[in-house]
Amino acid sequence: MMKANEVKRRALGVHSRVPKIWRLRLYVAGQTPKSLVALSNLKKICENHLSGRYTIEVIDLLEKPKLSGGDQILAIPTLVRKLPKPVRKIIGDLSDTERVLVGLNLRPAG
Amino acid sequence: MKINGTKASIGASRLQKCPTGIHGLDEITGGGLPRGRATLVCGGAGCGKTLFASEFLVRGAKEFGEAGVFVSFEETDVELKVNVASLGFDLAGLVKQKKIVLEHVYIERSEIQETGEYDLEGLFVRLNLAIDSIGAKRVVLDTLEALFAGLPNEAILRAELRRLFRWLKAKGVTSVITAERGREQLTRHGLEEYVSDCVILLDHRVNDQIATRLMRVVKYRGSLHGTNEFPFLIDADGLSVLPITSLGLNHKVSSARVSTGIPRLDAMLGGRGFFRGSSILLTGTPGTGKTITAACFAQAAAQRGERVLFFSFEESPDQIIRNMHSIGLRLEPLVKGGLLRFCAARPTLYGLEMHLATMFKEIAAFQPAVVIMDPITSLMVAGTDYETKGMVTRLIDYLKGGQVTSLFTSLTHGGHALQQSEIAMSSLMDSWMLLQDLEGNGERNRVLYVIKARGMAHSNQIREFLISNRGIDLVDAYIGPSGVLTGSARMAQSAREKAEVLVSQQKAARDKRELEFRREALERQIGGLHSECLSNAEELRRIERQVGTQTRLLTNQRTELGRLRHADASAANGTPVDPNSKHRR
Repeated sequence: MMKANEVKRRALGVHSRVPKIWRLRLYVAGQTPKSLVALSNLKKICENHLSGRYTIEVIDLLEKPKLSGGDQILAIPTLVRKLPKPVRKIIGDLSDTERVLVGLNLRPAG
Repeated sequence: MKINGTKASIGASRLQKCPTGIHGLDEITGGGLPRGRATLVCGGAGCGKTLFASEFLVRGAKEFGEAGVFVSFEETDVELKVNVASLGFDLAGLVKQKKIVLEHVYIERSEIQETGEYDLEGLFVRLNLAIDSIGAKRVVLDTLEALFAGLPNEAILRAELRRLFRWLKAKGVTSVITAERGREQLTRHGLEEYVSDCVILLDHRVNDQIATRLMRVVKYRGSLHGTNEFPFLIDADGLSVLPITSLGLNHKVSSARVSTGIPRLDAMLGGRGFFRGSSILLTGTPGTGKTITAACFAQAAAQRGERVLFFSFEESPDQIIRNMHSIGLRLEPLVKGGLLRFCAARPTLYGLEMHLATMFKEIAAFQPAVVIMDPITSLMVAGTDYETKGMVTRLIDYLKGGQVTSLFTSLTHGGHALQQSEIAMSSLMDSWMLLQDLEGNGERNRVLYVIKARGMAHSNQIREFLISNRGIDLVDAYIGPSGVLTGSARMAQSAREKAEVLVSQQKAARDKRELEFRREALERQIGGLHSECLSNAEELRRIERQVGTQTRLLTNQRTELGRLRHADASAANGTPVDPNSKHRR
């Protein structure tokens, strides 16, 4: 985890205009095992990398299907990074932490 | 259920069809696409897949009252509206009326990071929402293959697609799924694996630089369907498929006759012209007056108040009107009056099928009583002989079905060989007239024969075909010992004949006069003889008188003599003859 934090700082150093708040939105469809796994994975990653600087909004499309169009949701679960811009999408249950970090641009790809 | 027992059982045993409203497609498929199932429409780029799909939805909404959802993976809502508007579909209007929902699904691989397990429930949710929002019965997915480009995990994708098609079926919507044509399989990503009820293949083929669109129903589970490749076209009214084989030979015939516009030609055709609804072939070498004859026929029909559709493949309408003006045909007022309509297109503009389809559309729209194709042979450059014949067959069938009289001009090149190449086509025709050039005497003259005219007594005579500024006239050609004489030779011959008549008339008069003279002479002679005869008779009488007198004298003399000789007194008294007197003489 220390290693990950170092990387995060480096990454933040690269991006000079670091926003105060990371707004993340997780789209799910019902309380499926995949959704639950995704939410717990997301919470873990955020705590480790964005402690105190993030909000997570969980949207259940079975309850609010109309919201599916706005973010062009196809896959479930999908994590959308609303802020900082640009918007990025990560699909899947977020079990691959490395790829989530790359996807959120917390770590350079490669 | 039992009330309509038979109907219900038939309905249950047969696949329900969902009419597409696309011209011709419902005929090929026997009623439309399988209702409540998915149809795969595949084909290469630019072959009309998206248009097919949008027409299916638009016509469904407008003509069959079935709302539809268009899920586009490639084009945005705005792009889609603009694209189909060019084909006469008011998608935006239908969207406003809540008859169609456009759902643009945007996937950009570079924006997506895949981390672990997922499914496409989001797509299902959106689709479900769209379908339920307007109670859609039809769904189009155009094209699902974008998913393969956008989502890296093919295993998940394939599983989800399988689920999607099951879900669509369960939802009871009739869906059209478009897909790009693959190299070795129907679709690039093997979608035919999932959509197995109905597969339609679209093709856009280029032969000799002429493109033809073709459609084939590859598969239609649970239904009979046409298996041929059917040409189709895309124009301002959307798609039109041309089912060829659905045409039969069972059209009604009419015994009404229509004038050709040339009185002498009518006379050659049993006095009353062609049969209404028959097909007429007019072949001729270049410059023999085919177009003029056709124009005459057109004018006559339009003047009777019938609509005439004139397809011209070589001349523009204005040019025809101008040229016909020079021989006294006034076509312009007929065009303005809406009775005569010209459709001019270069044969190479598009393929034969497109021509045919265009003609069908024009004919259906204008509803003419007479159709003229000038010349049909031009279309041969757009296809092979076989194709052209097939096309003409279909055209004639179509026209006959509608009781439309059709006149086809056909250009032949050169001598007699051409007449042969025309035979294939001529067998389709009810009447066949041949216009020919006769060369001789330093000039070319046009002649016309009626080669055949089914169902009517027609003249077997050759007629000279004269074009003057007063129109067409047919003149009896002179047939003499040296063959057919036309033009100035015919004139010379008739002048010669006139002179001969004159000469013989003069000779007769002369002969008559001579005879008259001779008769008069004879009569004079007779008069002479008669008077001679009279004088002879006079002479005879004089002689007779003389003889009588002499006899009397002789008797007297004898009596005198007897008296003198003292003969019997009685005897001497009875016959007083004085022989002395005679002696004294």
